[in-house]
Amino acid sequence: MNGTVKPMTTLAEVCAEADALRLSSGNALGDAIVSDIYANAEEIARKVVAHKPQDKSAWDAKLDDILTSRLLGYPIMLALLGMVFWITIEGANVPSGMLADAFFAFQDRLTEWFQAAGAPAWLHGVLVLGLYRGLAWVVSVMLPPMAIFFPLFTLLEDLGYLPRVAFNMDSLFKKCKACGKQALTMCMGFGCNAAGIVSCRIIDSPRERLIAILTNNFVPCNGRFPTLIAIATIFVGGVFAPEYGTAVAAMVLTGLVLLGIAATFSVSWLLSHTILKGEPSSLVLELPPYRPPQVGAIIYRSLIDRTLFVLKRAVIMAAPAGAITWILANTYIGDMSIIGHLAGWLQPFGYAIGIDGFILLAFILGLPANEIVVPILIMSYLATGQMMEFDSLEELRQILLSHGWTWLTAVCTMLFCLLHWPCTTTLLTAYKESGSVKWTFLSFLIPTLIAFAVCFAVAQTARGLGLA
Amino acid sequence: MKWYQDTPCRETHGRVLREHFGVAAEAGQYIIALAGNPNVGKSTVFNALTGLRQHTGNWPGKTVDNAQGAFTYRKKPFLLVDLPGTYSLLAHTVEEEIARDFICFGEPDATVVVLDATCLERNLNLALQVMEITPNVVVCVNLMDEANKKKIAIDFPALEKELGVPVVAAAARKGEGLDALRETLYQVSTGARQSNPRRLTYSAAVEEAVQKLLPNVQRLVDHKLNPRWVALRLLDGDKAFLESISRYLDLQLNWEAPQEVAAL
Amino acid sequence: MYVPEQRSSLADLKVGTTGKISSIELDGLLRRRILDLGILPGTQVQCVRKSPAGDPIAFRVRDTTIALRSDDASLIKVYPG
Ligand SMILES: Nc1nc2c(ncn2[C@@H]2O[C@H](COP(=O)(O)OP(=O)(O)OP(=O)(O)O)[C@@H](O)[C@H]2O)c(=O)[nH]1
Ligand SMILES: [Mg+2]
Repeated sequence: MNGTVKPMTTLAEVCAEADALRLSSGNALGDAIVSDIYANAEEIARKVVAHKPQDKSAWDAKLDDILTSRLLGYPIMLALLGMVFWITIEGANVPSGMLADAFFAFQDRLTEWFQAAGAPAWLHGVLVLGLYRGLAWVVSVMLPPMAIFFPLFTLLEDLGYLPRVAFNMDSLFKKCKACGKQALTMCMGFGCNAAGIVSCRIIDSPRERLIAILTNNFVPCNGRFPTLIAIATIFVGGVFAPEYGTAVAAMVLTGLVLLGIAATFSVSWLLSHTILKGEPSSLVLELPPYRPPQVGAIIYRSLIDRTLFVLKRAVIMAAPAGAITWILANTYIGDMSIIGHLAGWLQPFGYAIGIDGFILLAFILGLPANEIVVPILIMSYLATGQMMEFDSLEELRQILLSHGWTWLTAVCTMLFCLLHWPCTTTLLTAYKESGSVKWTFLSFLIPTLIAFAVCFAVAQTARGLGLA
Repeated sequence: MKWYQDTPCRETHGRVLREHFGVAAEAGQYIIALAGNPNVGKSTVFNALTGLRQHTGNWPGKTVDNAQGAFTYRKKPFLLVDLPGTYSLLAHTVEEEIARDFICFGEPDATVVVLDATCLERNLNLALQVMEITPNVVVCVNLMDEANKKKIAIDFPALEKELGVPVVAAAARKGEGLDALRETLYQVSTGARQSNPRRLTYSAAVEEAVQKLLPNVQRLVDHKLNPRWVALRLLDGDKAFLESISRYLDLQLNWEAPQEVAAL
Repeated sequence: MYVPEQRSSLADLKVGTTGKISSIELDGLLRRRILDLGILPGTQVQCVRKSPAGDPIAFRVRDTTIALRSDDASLIKVYPG
């Protein structure tokens, strides 16, 4: 050890020497080093790799020609999106109904047991009507769509389609002075916005990365999808003849996602021209070869890893939320429950944006996890209205109708759900990735403002035109 | 010429790993780094070896964080660290810095460089860079099934001879070649297998500059880093690397000094 | 023959045609990226396809496909080959 020599001085000296050498060679040494290493790699590859002639079948080149073609590139992306939603909704219908039936049949048994054991009514209320029912709703409404959506999406991911999406969309991002890889981070956002924000690290330019972080929330994550699907199916789809219901619901969802993408572009553009001013940097995107997806592994991974993981989170959140909601709904101050008071205060704001106080309250209480918004809403409706037996998906619609839902309420709820503030996990991740309170706050503020503005505009326009 | 220490100071090592890389290694665990270009199957190899389920996906950039997983082979404990994919260790993106700093300062017992058999040339570029940092490299040529489909033949004995480090052929998704990889990792980590990595040839101008710089660099880095490699980075004008290296050398001095006092 | 005055760039390559890199007039991180991907003076590059909007452009280089924006590609000069 030469512990007596101060390393910093020596390092600085060596650096100065290196700098002098570098400059004396016209700053070309860096390039020369890279070229030289490649020359070694070329030499080795020449010796050890033999390309046998192959009948240039190149099916993946043909596939790429179609998927990125001038005419079909965008329509195919849209069609794939719509198809994934259609399959998800169509496929989820039956299992959702079956799960709901099973859960609510079991609720009756639970009630019998509670009565047989002579349990007090409040205990039955908290545990069965609050906690159990909250869980039952989350599982039966969320599980089937996720169990279908995730494998489909992972299939596209494994095939290698996502980089093509980025390739197709880059010119739009460039117009917003952002990076095409933002498309990849949005795709990850479909799974979970927190994961989407972490994946923003693939964007090299800090400015463009921040734009991607601030806008990721406009992609509906798995916590919001089931809400959107549920409303689209039982409300919008249900209005039409049943045979078209799924198609209409899928179209509504596709439209919503497109709207989210439009919001992403608008906000990206706005940021690039205001607080995150700057020129678009570059895009270097590798397009990997298509690879046959591993169906078994995909199903395992998306079911066990993602679906069950998300469900676990939802259950952990929904159980206490269900219980707390029940308590709030059944604790009276004066002649109204706490939840009634809260919703009452929020009612004017809710009404202005086309929803009601209960919906707004559910979104606020849903801050820890978007998954629990619908369960909270249903429980607060049920607890405050006349108690009705409610055990199938169709009756969910009746409940909503009986609480004054119109088509405008459904539309504004979906819009608010799509555009509103991120959940706490996502905010926390945004803080970790941006390292700044300011940007984290903006990632909360921007969606919130947009959600209120859009819903307000829609509600006021519809009412002004006498449509609702 | 041997520039490297045979036995890194274990205690310092544990602290560097923990505090700078968030890697919690247990005593006696062999640390294995998993490097490679993006999308070559590093996470797939990681999953196959550890039995974990790190997410994989057919696009470059799927893994952005380093994941860790343990496995046991021949009763020896190993800790595998899945690094973000990088095209090089020379440029200055965050991922490349993470990967380079880990290979360089995390002092893994072995570094697996996963290569894509269908575009070996570009992948070798990274492997050669890693081999300049550390001699304890195992090259894993993955995606052999894809290469076979494309009728690409690779002469493995020749490749091993050219590189001077162990080379394993694999198709990680099918589980092929993993036994050989485990065995090779075992041999390299335990020191049973010594390699003699190919020394890169540089053009005359570069070589000349390196020779001028080498004596001073040697004195500076002692035996902790490959002086040739450090000289090349300095000539490259890599400012981020300068920061890393000064921080690292500082650490080494500060931590080793008290030990020397204690030894007196 | 390569004539300096009429230098064309990667962005000028027609889909399906190849060229060899003569010089890279980019700087900073992007330059390093490009070099690290093996796009070096003398390397043969083929233009394989353009995105629906015509930008970015995908190139085949060293058995891999890399997409670049045309602004950047136009600063990478090529000669026929
Ligand atoms: N056919 C085939 N595909 C493979 C093999 N190994 C990995 N893959 C596929 O290659 C793709 C990329 O694999 P990953 O393990 O995510 O690659 P990675 O190196 O971790 O990628 P990054 O995290 O983005 O750097 C996935 O779709 C894998 O299923 C293999 O041996 N054969
Ligand atoms: Mg990975």
